Amino acid sequence: MRSVVPLYEWETPPDLASALGRMAREPGAWKPFAGGTDLMVLLEAGKLPHRRFLNIWKIGELRGVETSADRVSLGALATYTEIRRHDVLAREFPLLGRAAAETGSVATQNRGTIGGNIANASPAADSPPALLVYDAEIELVSARGSRRIPYANFHTGYKTMDLAADELIWRVHLPRGRSGWRQYYRKVGTRRAQAISKVCFAAAAKIENGLIAGARIALASVAPAVLRSRAVEQFLLGRRPSPELALSAGAELARELAPIDDMRSTARYRLRVAQNLLAEFLETLG
Amino acid sequence: MDTHVIGKSVPRKEGREKVTGRARYVDDISLPGMLHGATVRSAIPRGRIRAIHFGPGIPWKEFTIVTARDIPGKNCITLLIEDQPCLADGVINHPEEPILLLAHADPYLLAAARQSVFIETEPLPPVFTIEDSLAKKEIVWGGDNIFKTFEVEKGDVDSAWARAALIVEGVYETGAQEQLYIEPQGMIAEASPENGVTVWGSLQCPYYAHKALVRLFGLPKDRVRVVQTETGGGFGGKEEYPSMIAGHAALLAWKSGRPVKLIYDRAEDMAATTKRHPSRTRHRTAVSRDGRLLAMDVDFTIDGGAYQTLSPVVLSRGTIHAAGPYNCPNVRLRTRAVATNAPPHGAFRGFGAPQSVFALERHLDRVALALGIAPEEFRHINFIREGDTLAVHQRVREKVDMNRLMERAFALSDYRAKRDRFSRENARGPVKRGVGFASFLHGAGFTGSGEEYLASEVSAEATAEGRVRIHAASTEMGQGTNTIFSQIAAEALGLPCEQIEIVQPDTASVPNSGPTVASRTSMIVGKLVEQAALALEKKLEDAGFLAAKRHPSAFSAACAQYVAKHGPLLSHVRYEHPRDLHWDDDKYQGDAYGAYAWAVYVAEVSVDTRTGETRVEDFVAVQEVGRVINPVLAAGQIEGGVAQGVGFALFENVVWREGRMVNAQMTNYVMPTSMDVPPIRVHFEEIPYDRGPGGAKGIGELPLDGTAPAIANAIAHATGADIRRIPVTPEVLLETLEAVHA
Amino acid sequence: MPDSPGKLRVSCTVNGEPAEFEAYPMERLLDVLRRELRLTGTKEGCGEGECGACSVEMDGALVNSCLVPAAQADGAVLRTIEGVAAAGQLHAVQQAFLAYGGAQCGICTPGMILAAVNLLDRHPSPSLDQIREALSGNLCRCTGYTKIFESVVAACRKSDGRG
Repeated sequence: MRSVVPLYEWETPPDLASALGRMAREPGAWKPFAGGTDLMVLLEAGKLPHRRFLNIWKIGELRGVETSADRVSLGALATYTEIRRHDVLAREFPLLGRAAAETGSVATQNRGTIGGNIANASPAADSPPALLVYDAEIELVSARGSRRIPYANFHTGYKTMDLAADELIWRVHLPRGRSGWRQYYRKVGTRRAQAISKVCFAAAAKIENGLIAGARIALASVAPAVLRSRAVEQFLLGRRPSPELALSAGAELARELAPIDDMRSTARYRLRVAQNLLAEFLETLG
Repeated sequence: MDTHVIGKSVPRKEGREKVTGRARYVDDISLPGMLHGATVRSAIPRGRIRAIHFGPGIPWKEFTIVTARDIPGKNCITLLIEDQPCLADGVINHPEEPILLLAHADPYLLAAARQSVFIETEPLPPVFTIEDSLAKKEIVWGGDNIFKTFEVEKGDVDSAWARAALIVEGVYETGAQEQLYIEPQGMIAEASPENGVTVWGSLQCPYYAHKALVRLFGLPKDRVRVVQTETGGGFGGKEEYPSMIAGHAALLAWKSGRPVKLIYDRAEDMAATTKRHPSRTRHRTAVSRDGRLLAMDVDFTIDGGAYQTLSPVVLSRGTIHAAGPYNCPNVRLRTRAVATNAPPHGAFRGFGAPQSVFALERHLDRVALALGIAPEEFRHINFIREGDTLAVHQRVREKVDMNRLMERAFALSDYRAKRDRFSRENARGPVKRGVGFASFLHGAGFTGSGEEYLASEVSAEATAEGRVRIHAASTEMGQGTNTIFSQIAAEALGLPCEQIEIVQPDTASVPNSGPTVASRTSMIVGKLVEQAALALEKKLEDAGFLAAKRHPSAFSAACAQYVAKHGPLLSHVRYEHPRDLHWDDDKYQGDAYGAYAWAVYVAEVSVDTRTGETRVEDFVAVQEVGRVINPVLAAGQIEGGVAQGVGFALFENVVWREGRMVNAQMTNYVMPTSMDVPPIRVHFEEIPYDRGPGGAKGIGELPLDGTAPAIANAIAHATGADIRRIPVTPEVLLETLEAVHA
Repeated sequence: MPDSPGKLRVSCTVNGEPAEFEAYPMERLLDVLRRELRLTGTKEGCGEGECGACSVEMDGALVNSCLVPAAQADGAVLRTIEGVAAAGQLHAVQQAFLAYGGAQCGICTPGMILAAVNLLDRHPSPSLDQIREALSGNLCRCTGYTKIFESVVAACRKSDGRG
């Protein structure tokens, strides 16, 4: 343990209103602490300079998965285990379950939350590409009220996001009605379990008369933040899946990505694999 | 009552404690008044220490602070030589080199303090690669950066080139590998001028630590005591390094007058302690038209890091194994261990052989390819047989039949059919499948005159109740020492295993049986255990209390009578080197090892050419080991070793930056999980070795030699990629595949 | 030590017994179990939630106790390796580990057994793939996992009356 644990302050607000009130009184002073699977790793490594944490783990208003006619809403504290076990999510949003199943291990999945994952804003996060493919909307809440933005607009750069100092992630909304789309998810990591992704590719497409009538392409680990590739989506519209399309779409993809060399992998590998996964996705459509 | 226990899967002796969580590892132990210790280390790879500053906000007066000046004896960690300081004194030679020690009762305050010590340094130019070290860009050790060299000659290599039908060359490299025992290194120490030094901790070799502490403190041998606690994995990583951490804990205890516990966190353990030596091998091989080996010229270099530690011995084993189980009339081995400014590399299961065997087995597949014959055909033509001589001139006295082992491995793995099928089917689809194999040997025990030099000892005692207590310095670290020794003694005396006790390795109460390394525990020390047990029996017989033919229960009664009349019933045996084994240290030739295990391993892989990822789909491990003392334990050794070999081949990549391991986290240095290991099918053959207990030879390191080359050869078959380096990371493989298809 | 906010009182149930202790809120549950409650069966292997040697059950779910702050254990029902055997009788998984060689050095064993027990409580007859996946958060360096799989499979057979 490389941090001075006794210096950390901790409060457990009884409900959402109290939590938001605390954050409003001292914006930025208190950071939310959910399942801790990211923050405790930083604490252990001596890399958690922030000292005051608000324990939101038991706040009921942030929990659960709710289904309505037009959407499925995940509370920020929905764990990966809960996501994997939810019937409607498994049927209509299977990529989310795939992502959850490939995140960490059983133990991590029991404590890791979708809200925590989003707020941690790792460019290598596993669930966000699925959220992007599903046109997720993120609902933020503060003592001032709530607002919704497309999740695609939430991450603005490396570890920067459209989240005010007094705001919490409240819910993630997934519009229903896209189960007819062909869906694809593949995470390429350092090994087959408990792996940080080197490239993660999530995609969905609507095929009408053999042509691509709609497309969503999202990736992780190839840019400073998780990325929705609108240029490639546009490029694919109206076209017939083929090896030639895969090549040209891959060139388009290369223009959108900004992969890096790091201790896990190389920019060259990430780009090539991203292109190969795009090709593999297109193959499944043909 | 069945008293034949050798060959039976007797349950692990300390198994109950382990499955209930009652086994006590060093961090489970606390002593009253104990302080926690921490190490302040160098951030630079090479330089001079100008000053040490203690930052504000820490109550330094409450701390015990130890520097090199506090060392009562010699500032060194004694091993083969004394070049490695216990604490850096003015000079730094590698990142993470220990400079200063701190102790305090409050572990959190200690963490704060450790971050508040600032070492002011003057950098000196470092050397990080084998090439730069050999080129002497800087002299960072001794006069020429060379820890050790060997030159072995058999026949006349240079005469062969002209007559060769084909000459094949190649360069092969292996990276560093972290042992990654799941229990990090740790020690607890009590030390004072009045009472001497006692340490308890996670270690493989109590007497190595004992020798080092005697020197560090300048104390007589009987004032230093080393006790092994339950050890959560070692694999060589706890062979020599524990002497360092024991020294540190003891120095803090000495200065503070309190017990001190020093446990590494994972990041420190990975970055600061030893790893497998990186290697570079150059092969040049001459073959005849009909596929016979005419000459092998091997140049083998290992990177030892900043201090010598065990590099000469790692080099020795790597050298002796470099030419493999093949009959070649002309062999030259030129090998060396060089210094760089990385934390010193050290023992890791296999100990030089995994490096040289990888190069050899990859190379021979390439030689076969160049000849236009199948790799198994090439091996078949050249396998060594009883009566042939190995590269170091050792005449093979064992009834080895490598062809039989190879055919057995091929039958179990369906090698030939799969080889043909995959070659056909790989034209289609992005996932390519392949099979590959490695054929190899591993010598058990210390090389050459090593066992003679160790002169290992074991003693035994029988109590009045007839319980037999074995005193040996061999440590249990999961491989089954306690159980195996019990079986050997039980079988020798015709007693149930439950009547045998294995005394906790404690230098105050066990003799020096040598280190728990080199695949020697069953074969060498186990034999001494058998002799010690039999010596007890002989004393009872000579005293007239035991008849030669007797019922097992007569033993206890005889012990009671003996002890009542004569007092303690003890025996003590010392290793005697077989007279017919001769080794010449100067020429580096002769009988290198008393016995070898022989093996053929087959790997089946699938390679996804879209991502460069390799999956091991199936693995067959066939080996001839003399005698299997405990089938479950023996298979467990092979399975675990194969998994480590899978890591060595595919996953385990130490990322270096300026001599530091930057991926020193389990998240970023990846070992195989349960989802990454193939089904591993183990088969043993037994040709009893008459000097091993029950006929047993050593097996602990064997699986690390053949696993990685079998996988590399399978990848080559699957994809046509000419693998020259491990780990075969997807990044490198993907680029290689693009070049193959270009 | 500069001003420390101080410890809080945590009440929970551990292995069926009520437990109360004081801890800094962000102390690791792992450290609290080992130090305050002297339950040293749960081990530290990595401190980063990768190796699973610290696995315990918290409210029926497998968690890495090195990643759980003590404050969040308040009100929780915990089971550690010390609570797996019932009234001196080893659990089927523990017996199988003994019979089939599932433990070598033993340091990963407590966490591995918790993970296996947790799996069997949820899926009494898992497939080999399910076993592999359920244990993928528990790293073992000694066994290569082979005899761990055999042990878990054997424990299932025994539990359902066969074998």
